[in-house]
Amino acid sequence: MSVLTPVRGSGRIYAVNPVAKLAASLLLSLFLLVTVDWVSALVALVLESVLFVWAGLGARAFFRRTAAIWIAAPLAGVTTVLYGLPSGVAYFEFGLIHVTEGSVQLALASALRILAIGLPAVVLFATIDPTDLADGLAQVVKLPSRFVLGALAALRLVGLFLDDWRQLELARRARGIGDTGRLRRFLNQAFALLVLSLRRGSKLATAMEARGFGGSTVRTWARPSRFGAGDWMLVLIGLAIGAVALGTSIATGSVNFVLG
Amino acid sequence: MTRVTRVARGEGSGPLGAVPDARAEPSGPAGVAPAAAARGTTPAAAAGAELRAEGPAAGAELRAEGWGWRHAGRAEWAVRGLDLTIAPGERVLLLGASGAGKSTLVHAFAGVLGGSDEGEQEGSLTVGGRLPADSRGLTGLVLQDPDSQVALARIGDDIAFGCENLGVPRDEIWRRVDEAMEAVGLDLPLDRPTSALSGGQKQRVALAGVLAMRPEVVLLDEPTANLDPAGVAEVRDAVAAVVRSSNSTFVVIEHRVDVWLDVVDRVIVLDPGGGVLADGDPATVLRERGAELARGGVWVPGFDPLQGRPARQAAAAPAPAAATDARPTLLATADLAVGRTPAAVAARGLDLDVARASALALTGPNGAGKSTLALTIAGLLEPLGGTLRARPALTGDPVPAAAEAVPPAADSDVPVAEGPRARADERRHRREVRRARRRGGTHGRALGEHPFAWPSRELLTRIGTVFQDPEHQFVTGTVRGELEVALRALRLDAAEIDARVTEVAGRLRLDGLLTANPYTLSGGEKRRLSVASVLVARPAVLVLDEPTFGQDSRTWAELVRLLGEQLDRGTAVVAVTHDRAFIEALADRELEVRPAEGSGA
Repeated sequence: MSVLTPVRGSGRIYAVNPVAKLAASLLLSLFLLVTVDWVSALVALVLESVLFVWAGLGARAFFRRTAAIWIAAPLAGVTTVLYGLPSGVAYFEFGLIHVTEGSVQLALASALRILAIGLPAVVLFATIDPTDLADGLAQVVKLPSRFVLGALAALRLVGLFLDDWRQLELARRARGIGDTGRLRRFLNQAFALLVLSLRRGSKLATAMEARGFGGSTVRTWARPSRFGAGDWMLVLIGLAIGAVALGTSIATGSVNFVLG
Repeated sequence: MTRVTRVARGEGSGPLGAVPDARAEPSGPAGVAPAAAARGTTPAAAAGAELRAEGPAAGAELRAEGWGWRHAGRAEWAVRGLDLTIAPGERVLLLGASGAGKSTLVHAFAGVLGGSDEGEQEGSLTVGGRLPADSRGLTGLVLQDPDSQVALARIGDDIAFGCENLGVPRDEIWRRVDEAMEAVGLDLPLDRPTSALSGGQKQRVALAGVLAMRPEVVLLDEPTANLDPAGVAEVRDAVAAVVRSSNSTFVVIEHRVDVWLDVVDRVIVLDPGGGVLADGDPATVLRERGAELARGGVWVPGFDPLQGRPARQAAAAPAPAAATDARPTLLATADLAVGRTPAAVAARGLDLDVARASALALTGPNGAGKSTLALTIAGLLEPLGGTLRARPALTGDPVPAAAEAVPPAADSDVPVAEGPRARADERRHRREVRRARRRGGTHGRALGEHPFAWPSRELLTRIGTVFQDPEHQFVTGTVRGELEVALRALRLDAAEIDARVTEVAGRLRLDGLLTANPYTLSGGEKRRLSVASVLVARPAVLVLDEPTFGQDSRTWAELVRLLGEQLDRGTAVVAVTHDRAFIEALADRELEVRPAEGSGA
């Protein structure tokens, strides 16, 4: 229900520092965004699959969480096949639809790329506990604690906003203005939610301030955020997968730079 | 799953009998939150002793000299000309009519009033001889709203938060967290999500977070106002245990005196006009100023807010049993199941009927689905099973010939079908309701018997709903606007709108506030406005969710009188409530709602 319900699990992936997950995912994506070709995406995907087994999520949990990616990737592929930039041998044409050699290749590359970037991102992000991430960002990356903890506390309020929104909706029906003017009602309701959330936010800020938050004292951390060898390893693996994928693609001559 | 009882409405209930005791029902099914009881979280009185042994936080002196505060942009001073000294270690109950500046004073001592851009200060205010802003960590503050003071997602982390900010070393933090949890009687795992806690537990987590900081002053700003009676007792006992074993200075604001009488050794009453109205030991202050305080809205033991007069005319209900049956039924349910979403049934098997000029109280433990039931009866949530039907007396639809042949009360007597047939019936019923709702406006057709399918506008004169949080109901920028919303939706002419607004505003003491913004009103004013904005449409059924929650005795008495008048005029009242005095003053019947099995509530 709450956005901040602690994320806990027994898989190995849960033990990794969230900052390492963030970094690994970012590095991997950077390499794969440089080029659009099927070789690099396929190489990355094969290497990643070893990682997915290591993560210890279990097949069911893995496919449940990544279901959206598995649907999005082929859809993007099909769209590209039909409407992608025509080039090479034309296989089929109908109105705006051009199925050509180039568009099929591009489609394959896009679909694989979405999988290669999306799957690790979901696996890494879905297993991040927001509190642990905040600890990591403040203690490892050394972002200002005021900013990080403020954002964390604000995130907790999002769950309450969802409840508020439902109540506001029911109340508008009860007050006799639920029949017409959908757009106006939506704006009115959005404004009411804004007012409610500002008030809630300022109350929470007062409560946090009363507990010494935002003072000049140097803060200590009840939960240590450690960045150990395993975490470095994950970052390196992310880097390596991206580099090998791009390297293979260049070596086989199939590289297709986006900016070039 | 439910139990209906008739409430014997004490006509001549004595003054003591009518004072709602927040500590009522210390035992029994409704008295203890089931979650708390099961986990054995009853605060241990001795637990706090260790806190003193480990960290003897001496109390600090609180002093105000000619102190005043005016919020930025306000013409009036919230507090002015205040001279006050609270000795180290004193336990003080701070009283005063609403608007006397109690909360402002406590926030000032806690150092969270803000700087010169938040308001203007005069005189001086010190904590242990220092400015409040410089004594960060010396004072701890617990606020009213349980939801707005949880900072982190897990209990242990939230309690540790204050210590972290004060720079306490890590090992020491967790030692203090353990102690503080024991002191407030929380026996829960450190990684329990804070979102899974009851209101009373959240407040105890907040108190533990304050205690872990080892403050010299503990300030409580209406810590129990948003809690049900079980939660009130829970928090009060935790505070009492802590107070017994600590040397800190305690100040609590609360308008329910009886809750804190055994805990405090001094009562200070602030004067709304500025300064201190009364100050001394609790017995003396209450003896000499009790009547005055009671008039100002403080719940003083021994003072009946209704002053012995019954809220409803005795003549209207001579013999409840006979009279109820003579009144036409407006709404009736059979084997009703309710929930926010079809996947989450909160309560099922609910049989009740709502008759003209009758009052039904919905009671039961937290999470039992009382509010959900109320919203379903009000035609706002879709019934998830069984039936909810509006009778012709409410819809104004012509009575179909077939229906006339069957006595209206027959539904509830029919043995309920079991198994697949019942489920098929339910599915058919829900399809029917959905279809009716999709059809939208009535356009001269009959309204139909499913309130959930009625157009929003048709609800106004039939079923009015007062939400638990008045702010959820506000849709305009002025009090007058709020009162006019329903009347404009009903397309009444300007003269009629004006007449009705004037009448209701006068009746609920809102006439001086017509141009004010609803969000800027006090708690009691917001409650009165939320009731008034529903009453203007003159609904036949009035559904209220915890209407007396956190209200001072004056607003409480006004609400009870007003609802009594409505009942005398023939309005049906359905109220979700934990308030015994409210039930005794108004209700004909009480329906105890039990959570559906497996609902996880």
